[in-house]
Amino acid sequence: MSLAISGSSTGVLDWPAAFKDALVTALVAGALGLFIVGFRTADFGKGLGFEYQFVDLAIACGVIFAGRFALSCARGGTSVVTLLLGAGLLAIALLAPLPSAFLRTVSGLAGVALLVAGTWTSVRGTSAGGGRIAALSAASDVLGTRVFPWFGAALLGVAVVLPFMPFADQKVMDLGILILTYVMLGWGLNIVVGLAGLLDLGYVAFYAVGAYAYAMLSTQHGWSFWMCLPVAGMLAATFGVVLGFPVLRLRGDYLAIVTLGFGEIIRIVLLNWTDFTQGPAGIGGIPSATLFGRVFAENAPAGGQTFHEWMEIPFSANHRLIFLYFVVLALALLTNFVTHRLRRLPVGRAWEALREDEVACQALGINPTNTKLTAFAIGAMFAGFAGTFFAAKQRFVSPESFVFIESAIILAIVVLGGMGSQVGVVLASIILIGLPEWFRDLGLYRMLVFGVAMVLIMVFKPRGLISRREPTIRLETGGGP
Amino acid sequence: MEYFLQQLINAVTLGSIYGLIAIGYTMVYGIIGMINFAHGDVFMIGGFMSLIGFLLCAMLGISSAPLAVVLVLLLAMAFTAVFGWTIERVAYRPLRGSFRLAPLISAIGVSIALQNYVQLAQGARPKPHTSLVQGGFTLYSANGFDVRVSWLQIVIVVLTVALMAGFTLVIGRTALGRQQRACEQDMKMASLLGVNVDRTISLTFMMGAALAAVAGMMFMMYYGVIDFFVGFLAGIKAFTAAVLGGIGSLPGAILGGLLIGLIEVFWAAYFSSEYKDVAAFGVLVLVLIFRPTGLLGRPELEKV
Repeated sequence: MSLAISGSSTGVLDWPAAFKDALVTALVAGALGLFIVGFRTADFGKGLGFEYQFVDLAIACGVIFAGRFALSCARGGTSVVTLLLGAGLLAIALLAPLPSAFLRTVSGLAGVALLVAGTWTSVRGTSAGGGRIAALSAASDVLGTRVFPWFGAALLGVAVVLPFMPFADQKVMDLGILILTYVMLGWGLNIVVGLAGLLDLGYVAFYAVGAYAYAMLSTQHGWSFWMCLPVAGMLAATFGVVLGFPVLRLRGDYLAIVTLGFGEIIRIVLLNWTDFTQGPAGIGGIPSATLFGRVFAENAPAGGQTFHEWMEIPFSANHRLIFLYFVVLALALLTNFVTHRLRRLPVGRAWEALREDEVACQALGINPTNTKLTAFAIGAMFAGFAGTFFAAKQRFVSPESFVFIESAIILAIVVLGGMGSQVGVVLASIILIGLPEWFRDLGLYRMLVFGVAMVLIMVFKPRGLISRREPTIRLETGGGP
Repeated sequence: MEYFLQQLINAVTLGSIYGLIAIGYTMVYGIIGMINFAHGDVFMIGGFMSLIGFLLCAMLGISSAPLAVVLVLLLAMAFTAVFGWTIERVAYRPLRGSFRLAPLISAIGVSIALQNYVQLAQGARPKPHTSLVQGGFTLYSANGFDVRVSWLQIVIVVLTVALMAGFTLVIGRTALGRQQRACEQDMKMASLLGVNVDRTISLTFMMGAALAAVAGMMFMMYYGVIDFFVGFLAGIKAFTAAVLGGIGSLPGAILGGLLIGLIEVFWAAYFSSEYKDVAAFGVLVLVLIFRPTGLLGRPELEKV
């Protein structure tokens, strides 16, 4: 644990220090919550008044105190106390009349976590248990190196057969499409951030360009999805070049803030240029993607044919989703394939070299601005593809979909996955997009949990979920002279 | 002319608020080289603290405006500083020495968590508040147009100047300031020479958070309303201000804040209020292209 408190890693528990540490933690938590939680402002008709929630706050502080103290105990080797406190918290969560469901959940989760931590330390404490754990982790390492190369293929297999599973109803397909869209965006941004090392906080702007390009071309000029796809990609890439040209000479964090600014500018323009984009109302009635001209609808439009008539099967609303699922899967795989190939081309090598040392690259005659510009433009192009797909899937676009938090989520997927790792992006998308969608029941707490999870993953695995990366170039070591 | 003068007064007020937030960004960036993305939300929390503080004052029957303002200011600064300390301790310190993007992602996580924490605890609706500091005076009157200065605007500008002077003194003259400058130059060397780096960085975050709390209070009083999302845009603009003035430079932060305030207010006054943020970002891009270190920043040495 990297959050270890000082002086307690020796294995002997320092009771007063552990007590003091827990007390300080609880007091800080109390200070953080005193005003924001303790005094809930509410409108009582004649100005704002307070609803007091001190009992909630006190219980939360108590849980934090017990949890912190128990963790210190576990670290100090006295796991009996940890187990007792964990059981106590669990009992409170299940039996005591707590004022809110949130406190009940927090207390219960803390209890379970403590029980796990306590069991873990007590098993590791005994010599037999310690040996077994060491053997187990060695075995899982071996398994990891054996299985890892096949992991991506396995994921792809699951993705391909998913729509044909009996449980694949509309909800599952929707979620699958959403996750794959983010996988594609993550892979696209990975070119910019992971390979070229450029911090882009406005990636969603290119996504918006693609989406609006399709929305306007299809509703106003009757273009089809497949005609629009390359055009939207090229348009987004052009935007990438135009935006990138002045700013790519900047270094690191300046680039981040300027791309963030550009992302906001695009959103503000979409919001306010009402004649062109219909402003906050958005553009609706966008046609969905078609398969060789066959539409996915119950009744064919004049002169057209529907998919189910063509295939001579009964109509199901799920067909459209399954089709879109495969479209986005293909687009995502295209992104992955192109990235994979580009890494072996001179330009891909130049990106990675530039990420490591810009000055050395200049000395070797690489033009940094042009090289960065290609990365920026190619990344933008894939965002444009994804945007077109998004518009075709939603059949409605509005500036609401392209806010900064989207850029942040895509960047988080890339970084949490392990920069430059393609499989990592998939895992991070499943965790960050899939799990919160699954746990819709968390309701309001969903985004709070999301933010906290982002912090925790970074703190405990700062290199990302998959930190191993295939080396770009391997020196030939085998074989003697 | 009168219209121009009135807008100038408004712009300076807004610029002062941005400048105070920008100081927090610039100090943190100067010392550990990271964008503290959660700083805008710390500002928002400062605003909520002062809203609750003013309501408490009203409940306790403290009706004297100066006393209430001072009490709330101290309370908001103290409690928001605890937020600054905690954020650094929990989300940034374990990542010190990690690769460059790790603290940024963790900061974005903190930002999301703080916004949702306040939204959950206080509700999503904007909270209205009538300022205790009311009234003002007419500075100048011509052609049937009064150029008015409110007492609140004077309080904001005076407080900003005072805090700015105070913090320049702290950084320039005190032992803490020397330690901060030492950490900024070379953290490892500073710790070898006996500077407690962890403590110095914690204090820097607390100072930044306290200033953000002041800005939050001013913002809340000036606009008379606050919600859980105000931190985002204000934070971005303040960071823009810090970069514009030259990141790492204290006077630069205030200068940048004033410039962003001026651009925003004048663009809204003479062109269109919808595109005022576009104008602010546009100027930032221009400055960065022609002067990448900002207006008052020192050029970065290229080390090979």
